[in-house]
Amino acid sequence: MMKRTLLIAAAVLGFSASAYAAGETPVPPQQKWTFQGPFGKFDRAQLQRGFKVYREVCASCHGLSYVAFRNLSAEGGPEFSEAQVKALAAEYKIQDGPNEAGDMFERPGRPADRFPSPFPNENAAAAANGGKAPPDLSLMAKARTYERGFPWFITDVFRQYSENGADYLVALLNGYEEAPAGFTVPQGGHYNHYYPGHVIAMPKPLSDGQVEYAKNEAGQPQAPETVEQYAKDVTAFLTWTAEPHLEARKRLGFQVMLFLLVLSGLLYFTKKKVWANVGGEVEGHATPPMTHNP
Amino acid sequence: MSQHSTTYVPKSAFGKWFESRLPIAGLVHSSFIAFPVPRNLTYFWTFGAILAFMLVSQIVTGVVLAMYYTPNAAMAFQSVEHIMRDVNYGWLIRYLHANGASMFFVAVYVHIFRNFYYGSYKAPREVLYILGVIIFLLMMATAFMGYVLPWGQMSFWGATVITNLFSAIPVVGETIVSYLWGGYSVGNPTLNRFFSLHYLLPFMIAGVVALHIWALHVPGQNNPTGIPIKSGKDAVPFTPYATIKDIFAVVVFMLFFAYWVFYMPNYLGHADNYIPANPAVTPAHIVPEWYFLPFYAILRAIPDKLGGVIAMGAAIVIWCFMPWLDTSKVRSTAYRPLYKQFFWLFVVVCFLLGWLGSRPAEGWYVIASQICTVYYFAHFLIVLPVLGFVERPLPLPNSILESVMGVQKGGAGVPAGANAEPNTKG
Repeated sequence: MMKRTLLIAAAVLGFSASAYAAGETPVPPQQKWTFQGPFGKFDRAQLQRGFKVYREVCASCHGLSYVAFRNLSAEGGPEFSEAQVKALAAEYKIQDGPNEAGDMFERPGRPADRFPSPFPNENAAAAANGGKAPPDLSLMAKARTYERGFPWFITDVFRQYSENGADYLVALLNGYEEAPAGFTVPQGGHYNHYYPGHVIAMPKPLSDGQVEYAKNEAGQPQAPETVEQYAKDVTAFLTWTAEPHLEARKRLGFQVMLFLLVLSGLLYFTKKKVWANVGGEVEGHATPPMTHNP
Repeated sequence: MSQHSTTYVPKSAFGKWFESRLPIAGLVHSSFIAFPVPRNLTYFWTFGAILAFMLVSQIVTGVVLAMYYTPNAAMAFQSVEHIMRDVNYGWLIRYLHANGASMFFVAVYVHIFRNFYYGSYKAPREVLYILGVIIFLLMMATAFMGYVLPWGQMSFWGATVITNLFSAIPVVGETIVSYLWGGYSVGNPTLNRFFSLHYLLPFMIAGVVALHIWALHVPGQNNPTGIPIKSGKDAVPFTPYATIKDIFAVVVFMLFFAYWVFYMPNYLGHADNYIPANPAVTPAHIVPEWYFLPFYAILRAIPDKLGGVIAMGAAIVIWCFMPWLDTSKVRSTAYRPLYKQFFWLFVVVCFLLGWLGSRPAEGWYVIASQICTVYYFAHFLIVLPVLGFVERPLPLPNSILESVMGVQKGGAGVPAGANAEPNTKG
């Protein structure tokens, strides 16, 4: 029996391995994240670095339109100070209006404003980017995934693996490479190992040393200024923008689970106590249902 | 237990006055307090209470969501994100509602397969059972329309694919589709009418549930032996016995529910639905929610569009004929050794269909879907009618009490393992 199970398992693994070899989109490697698991929390410093990467690299083409400046100082996020957020918001020009004269006008941003998009509308974004508008990044970490396949989609439930989107984004940002021989990349496209179909419109966005990280006391940047680190940091930031209440959700979840566990334990013993009376003969109190007349 | 009387006698003067005008307290008493419950019910019989809890949970969370949601094609997606980000505990309410739909289907599938296994659909419970099938159909419609409301990519394209199915109906198909759409494609009018119907249908479900419970209280509950209550000794009063057991089961189910909501809230959905609906871009794979996958596999197994639609509809409608297709006189599969094997084979086929429904319709997946579809229908049209004639069922116990108390009561060869530990039975 054991042998047969092993044979079946081997056959399944062999099958998925051959599907992999058949040139389908490769599986992104799984990263270690501070926000994974039942007690996961964001790494504040990582979110702040990730925001810097977004702001200095991604923001020139990609919007973040569901995120407000004030969110950056909210609990469970990058937790910049309110003064920092106020100063940051003021650096942006926000279109407002109409004023009393009926004119639209520009004013400095306030913490309650949302991030302005880099293009006035989708058509302008598409026109400036070879016909395809760069997608908004607010929800990107939840809007992308990759195929898990059997049996991993079952084991994922038990290990609480829900960082599919984040792992894909890191892989994608690191996935720029030379196209293999015989693969023709069409005009305006770029070869990416992890992008479905391998041809992505976005050129390689990150390069080593591109974003300067804050220095520690020793005068060293607090994290390596490499593509791998930038990719991880900006992905952590985008996971937060996609799920800003992740920490509150996991914290409340633990309290709820604990409460329900204790309650179900108490109810179990109550139930046992009540049913203990039903050991032998039961008093003839109930009429048989067929003659029962409500 | 002598304090439990079978009939309700009001104690106060007001109680007597009221009861003689509207005997609702007596109805509640006879239905949920004195109602005799077979003493041998297992936890599979708690799923009715779990489903009632899920219906209430969905209605409550849904009513709150509707206070913030905007059913407009240009604003729906944004309003859902507003709920997720800015509304206090909006993320919790929305995740409860979205995962609640899945939990509702988990519970209903357990409930349905419990009914299949123990032959609960057989006389005298045919009407009770068919009402259940109607509830299931209403649930499917409600869940489908609910999934459209966030107006993401899978919402939009799921709506397009499913509403298009109606165009396969000869003569009136195109007209029906344009009524569903409120135009010539899925758009803002579609979203508006789906929202309206999504809010209406749960209350229709609640109405049919009331009928379902009413119909249950006429013949009473089936039980693992499938033989009816013959004397008071076979039963216990609903309160406190079934009440406490149901409450315990509901709380355990809430634990399961909470796990998804707090730790895997997006696992049961699709990543594509976090992309706003875009009529110009088709997602790589348009896949319905997991609870529709077996039926989706049947739909795609038939190469002809109309044929596929008919097969998918028939896959559920055929349930209504089960009380007459099943020719066996024995209700419970516990006493049907041959049928037991076919039952589990049927369960495996349903899981396989579900998995195939999630695969692209190509290569050997199509052939596997076709084989499973044929078997699915053969289960109802061949296995159920034929087995009743060829199978020799095991001897039934003389009463529920006897099956609980064991063979020493002059039993008729009930398997020993089936009646151990009367205290914890149920």
